[in-house]
Amino acid sequence: MHISVQADDFNIPDEINALSKDRTDIGAIATFTGLVRDIHGEKAIKSMTLEHFPAMAEQELEKIGNDAINRWPIEGLTIIHRYGKLLPGDQIVLVITTSHHREAAFNAAQFIMDWLKTDAPFWKKEETDEGTHWVAAKSDDNDKKDRWK
Amino acid sequence: MNILYFALIRENIGHFSETIDLPNDINNVNGLINYLEQKGDNYKAAFAQSDLIRVAINQEYVNLDHPISNNDEIAFFPPMTGG
Repeated sequence: MHISVQADDFNIPDEINALSKDRTDIGAIATFTGLVRDIHGEKAIKSMTLEHFPAMAEQELEKIGNDAINRWPIEGLTIIHRYGKLLPGDQIVLVITTSHHREAAFNAAQFIMDWLKTDAPFWKKEETDEGTHWVAAKSDDNDKKDRWK
Repeated sequence: MNILYFALIRENIGHFSETIDLPNDINNVNGLINYLEQKGDNYKAAFAQSDLIRVAINQEYVNLDHPISNNDEIAFFPPMTGG
């Protein structure tokens, strides 16, 4: 399992290659990438700043990753989450799962994103023409997480 | 004890961390919040909506009725919005 919390951008092909090179048993690679949108509801977003709790962030991502590994036959797993100031179109988060078959890879990636939304210590602040505001947590994020119980 | 604040709670209080001597009669998170609220309107604003407060003690998530001691590091933050 590769976990990283970083300010720098990530390169998706490099990350996929790190999990798949020299492997001929992997039949499925699922990737999810979260990006900064330029619109939230009616408001145009100029930039987004992600704050995090450094002492906890990697540890919590690792816990979520381990939960996924214990639940599905995953061969490889990468979770990268960025922090700091990001612009529309910038990459925020990357999840890659590899498995012999697609179902485990798809399910594990979705499970990880659903848990990450409510349990990884990151907070988004959006900057618009009218000022800045902290993004409110969505109650349906908890519902999405609960479907895995 | 060492106290950390993040995101909107940090902004409302006005600083990222502080160290206090935990009074002997305070033994859980709720008690600490009530104590901190006496320190000023900035703390009252930060803790105004108890359903929007999340807590970690020594980097583990806990509930508001969790016991605390002077040796703990406690972090207060709003519900998380990463991903």
